[in-house]
Parts: sequence; structure tokens; C-alpha cells
Amino acid sequence: MSATTAPTSDATPATEVPMVEARGVHKVFGHGAGALHVLRGVDLVVPQGSVTVVLGPSGSGKSTLLRCLNELEEITAGSVHVDGELLGYRHDAKGVLHRLHPRRIAAQRSRIGMVFQRFHLFGHMTALENVAEAPVQVRGLSKAAARRRAAELLERVGLADRADHYPAQLSGGQQQRVAIARALAMDPELMLFDEPTSALDPELVGEVLTVMQDLARSGMTMVVVTHEIGFAREVADHVVFMDDGVVVEQGPPGAVLENPSEPRLQEFLSHVL
Amino acid sequence: MTSHATDTPRAGARSSDLPEPLHARPVPRPGRWVSAVVVLVLAAMVLHALVTNPNFRWDTVWLYLRDVNVVRGVGWTLVLTFGSMAIAVVLAVLLAIMRRSDNPVMRSVSWAYIWFFRGTPIYTQLVFWGLISVLYPRLSLGVPFGPEFFVFDTRDVITAFWAALLGLALNEAAYLAEIVRAGLGSVDPGQAEAARALGMKESRILRRIVLPQAMRVIAPPTGNETISMLKTTSLVVAVPFTLEITYATSAIGTRTFQPIPLLIVAALWYLLITSVLMVGQYYIERYYGRGFDGGATGPRRGAGRKGSGGTGSTGGAGRRAGRLSRQAAIRGAGTTKDDPFAEVTP
Ligand SMILES: Nc1ncnc2c1ncn2[C@@H]1O[C@H](COP(=O)(O)OP(=O)(O)OP(=O)(O)O)[C@@H](O)[C@H]1O
Ligand SMILES: [Mg+2]
Repeated sequence: MSATTAPTSDATPATEVPMVEARGVHKVFGHGAGALHVLRGVDLVVPQGSVTVVLGPSGSGKSTLLRCLNELEEITAGSVHVDGELLGYRHDAKGVLHRLHPRRIAAQRSRIGMVFQRFHLFGHMTALENVAEAPVQVRGLSKAAARRRAAELLERVGLADRADHYPAQLSGGQQQRVAIARALAMDPELMLFDEPTSALDPELVGEVLTVMQDLARSGMTMVVVTHEIGFAREVADHVVFMDDGVVVEQGPPGAVLENPSEPRLQEFLSHVL
Repeated sequence: MTSHATDTPRAGARSSDLPEPLHARPVPRPGRWVSAVVVLVLAAMVLHALVTNPNFRWDTVWLYLRDVNVVRGVGWTLVLTFGSMAIAVVLAVLLAIMRRSDNPVMRSVSWAYIWFFRGTPIYTQLVFWGLISVLYPRLSLGVPFGPEFFVFDTRDVITAFWAALLGLALNEAAYLAEIVRAGLGSVDPGQAEAARALGMKESRILRRIVLPQAMRVIAPPTGNETISMLKTTSLVVAVPFTLEITYATSAIGTRTFQPIPLLIVAALWYLLITSVLMVGQYYIERYYGRGFDGGATGPRRGAGRKGSGGTGSTGGAGRRAGRLSRQAAIRGAGTTKDDPFAEVTP
């Protein structure tokens, strides 16, 4: 893995477009006196096939950043490109910026998988139906093909025998693995994880991290918000530390986790480790 | 010793290890026996007074229960009930979606509709629908405020039946809209967000993800509304529409000078239909409760109960929370009719 701290590392050839390129991203919630400036100019570059772990104290804007990367939040300023394509907007011939039609935005989102802290499996569908739903509804896959594919994906996350269970009948770890399979069913080129193990009992964290590690090994580009420092150390190519809406320090895990230069990061690590 | 049960998820399979259950005398409860006897005696007295009183004319009741006019009245009552409920459900979903819209015009129109139709008595509304052909003798299709292409005589289009059906449906839609709104609100926003992250369109999300889960909250009070509607149909005499069961029986009662037995005929039919509706309601609620009502729904297609061991206490807590929020949503719907005008159902 590359050991440079610059976002565009020499491991990736200069010709290759980064999977994620966020420039000067600002996010303000509300307006007027009650406005909350949550992201204050975040730059983030995620090379193809790499794993980026985002660390930071509660309220620093990690979830908000992740949600901006697949347009669940509309950014206030800046730009986000995924695989070279500008998210949410287009420039016309005169260079005027236009908001994209919701249908186009949905299409962009369908290429980006997201895994939530609280799973959000569809409660009225079995595990298999959860995984097969979006390929049928979004990609127009036949029901039979989608179910076959869903069965394969459930097998891949080790839940072939739970295909007919409803989410309420699954443990947290099993639910999160179904949620990962559900995201993978859309063949995403990028996977976003927002604290995927924070809602789990300690003994269930391992099974989810194992699935994520396998996914990283298979070459998936991943952005992971987590407090699992062990995962960051072993799996991440790049670690980003956020505080108060800005990226305070970033670099390869060895440098950032073992020799933090920022006092705020030092303090954060002393609490987490 | 007791750790057996918790170590093995399927303690039932090792029944030989189960300890001998405790044997103890129950607490004596003479009060239960006394109260049961008192209530039974009272019930027997009521039944006796009903059956033996010659004024009820049970023979007449039995005769007219199967009368062709009465049975036809039952048919019209059913048509009015289900027809108006079907129209009302569609309208209510529209109103509820408008109520949640970002568009202030949509929100206000929906609010005003509900305000008006819940705020005026159904009887008044039905009289009004009956008079519509007097108020607007002509109906026309064309450009708003501009030229007209087709012109109808209102009396030909809105007959007494359609006036009754629409009157019931438009009023009911206002109540159902609040039920649907509470139902949509009861679904965790995370569900729509997860669907959005998968690239689903908003209309699909509503139809495939949100509405099916909202149905769990919507179905029970809607069943209640249907049963209530069954009896509200007796008010369509205000239109006047005179074929449904209450009017049909009371007409026979007046003609034969036997009003009491014919009231009983109508009451028995209402009871019978209500009983059938309650059975239907049970199955509908069970269908929409799938995946949520815990114990009742096993994993689909006989996969056994293997999963329940892992779910443990968290599953139970989740289910309990689900049930509580569902209760709150039903109560929040404000559909228990405390509106005195709405409660004119005989
Ligand atoms: N929809 C919203 N409306 C208003 N404020 C919001 C919204 N979403 C997030 N915020 C605020 O933005 C700030 C950052 O939130 P965010 O969830 O991104 O933090 P986080 O780093 O993910 O924290 P945690 O580790 O607790 O998940 C918080 O102060 C939060 O209250
Ligand atoms: Mg967060």
C-alpha cells in the first residue's frame, strides 16, 4: 500500500480518475440565526479500489459527509465527483449549473451502496426479498434472476440459511450482513459504511467486519466511518480524521494512528484505544 | 443447573432435563365464582325477556329475515359500504400524500378538505348531495372559465345512488386521510432513506416500502371505519336513496304495522355482516403484520424457528416498541369519533 500522505498517491497512475473526489464541500443545515455549519470545506480523494476510514468525535460531521457522497444530503457549496461524474448537477454549454432531475440523481445513487448504523432493512420483507428488491425495481431485472442473485449474495455473507427470515427474526450482526448484501445487489462501484458495527453487541462485531474485510480484498472501493481502530489499522489504505467539520489530519494508517501530529487526534485516539 | 435452558437455544428439545414443576394449591378466589354466577344469571334473564316477550313477534322476524326486499336491501347496503370505502381509501391516500407534500398549496387544500368534511354532519352532506341537481342543474366539461365541450343534465349523471355513494365516500375520505397520515408517519424514515440510497424513485419507495409498512397501522382503524360505514349507510335516506336495508325494513314495518320485528330484522342483518367483516379484518391485519408481530409469523416456508435463538431479548423489545408505537399512532390518528355530528349512526 502507498505510504504517501497526499490524497493522489503515486500508487494510482495519474491518468486514473479517483473514485471519489470531493472539493471544498460545505454543508449548512437550516438558515438564518439557527443555521448549523456542519461541514466547513472538506476535501477528500478516494482512489479506485482503496479503503478509506473516517475517524472523528461525535458530531464532527462524519455521517453528514458520507450522506453528501451519495446525495442523501444536498451540499451547500463545493463539488463531489464519483468516478469522474459530478453528483447532483450538470453544467450546460454556457457553463451554467443545473440541478439534475430526481430520476438522474436516483440513477447516480444506484451505483453507490450505503450501509447504515441501524441497518434499515425493509421490515415487511424477508432477507431474500430485501436483497432482491432494488435490482427488480431499479434495474428492471426479472424476479427470478434477482432472487437467484440475492441467494448468491446471502451465501457470500454467510446467511444462505436465513433467506426466508424477516429482519425481526435476525440478530443485529445478521441484519447488517443482509444490509451489505442488499447494497451489493446493485453492483455498486463504491460502498459507504456509516458506523456499521456501532449498534451491535460486541460479540457480533467480528462477523460484520470479516464480511467487510473480504469485500475490501475483492477490490471494492470503500469509505468507512467507524470507531474500530483495529479495522482501520488492518484494512484501511487511508485514514481521515475529522473534527468540527474539517479534515484535521489524514494519511496511511501507520502514520495517522501510530504517530498523530495533531493534538486533537492524539486526544481522540487516547479515548478510543 | 438452571443454565441449561439459556445455553441451548432449543430447550424444548431436551425435555428430559427439565426439572419437576412446582405443585402448589392455588389461592382461593370465591369472588370469581360469585361474580361469574351473578353475570350468567343476569344474561339468562335478558335472553329470557327477549325470547318470551310476544311483542317482538319472532315469527314475523323470521319471515321477513328472508324477504326478497330485505335481502335486496342488504345487497344495496353492501354495495354502498364497500363502494364508498373503496373510493374513500383512494382519496384518503391522495389527501395524506398531499398533506405531507413540500408544496404549500397541496398541504392547504388537503387540510381544508379534512377540516370541512370532518366539521360538518354527514347527514347535512348527504342532503346537500341530494340537492346538487337543484343547485347545479348542468355539469360541463371544458376549459376552466372558458368554452364548454360537453354539457350534461346533472340529474342524469348524479342519480340518487351516486349521490349517496359519493356523499358517504367524500366524508369518509376525510377520516381515513388522517388514519393514512398517521400510518405513513409511523414508518421509520430510515426505511425510505435506505430505499433512496439504493436508487429507488420516490413513487416506488412510497408504493413498495412505506405504504406496505404503514398498512400495519392503517388496517385496524380502517376495519373499524368499515364496520362504522356499514351502519352509516342507513343515513342515505337523506339523499333520498331508499333501497338499503334500514329504509327497506322500516317501509315494510310501517306498511304491516309491525315496526319492532322489522327493526330486529335489520339489526340481525347488520350483526351478521359485522361478524363477517370482523373475520376479514383479522386476516387482513395478520397479512400486514407480517415480519412485525413476532411470534405469530414464523420464518416463511417452514425454515423452522432456528432464528429465534439468536434474536433473544432484543427482538422481543423491538416488537414491544413496535406495538406501542402502533398504538400511539392509532390514537394519534384522532379517528375515534368524538365529533357529535358524526355519531348519528342508529
Ligand atoms: N438533518 C439535520 N438537520 C440539522 N442538523 C443536523 C442534521 N444532521 C446532522 N446534523 C448536525 O450536524 C452535526 C454533525 O452530525 P453528524 O451526524 O454528521 O456527526 P457524526 O460525526 O456522524 O457524529 P456521530 O459519531 O455521533 O455519528 C451534528 O451537530 C448534528 O446535530
Ligand atoms: Mg454519525
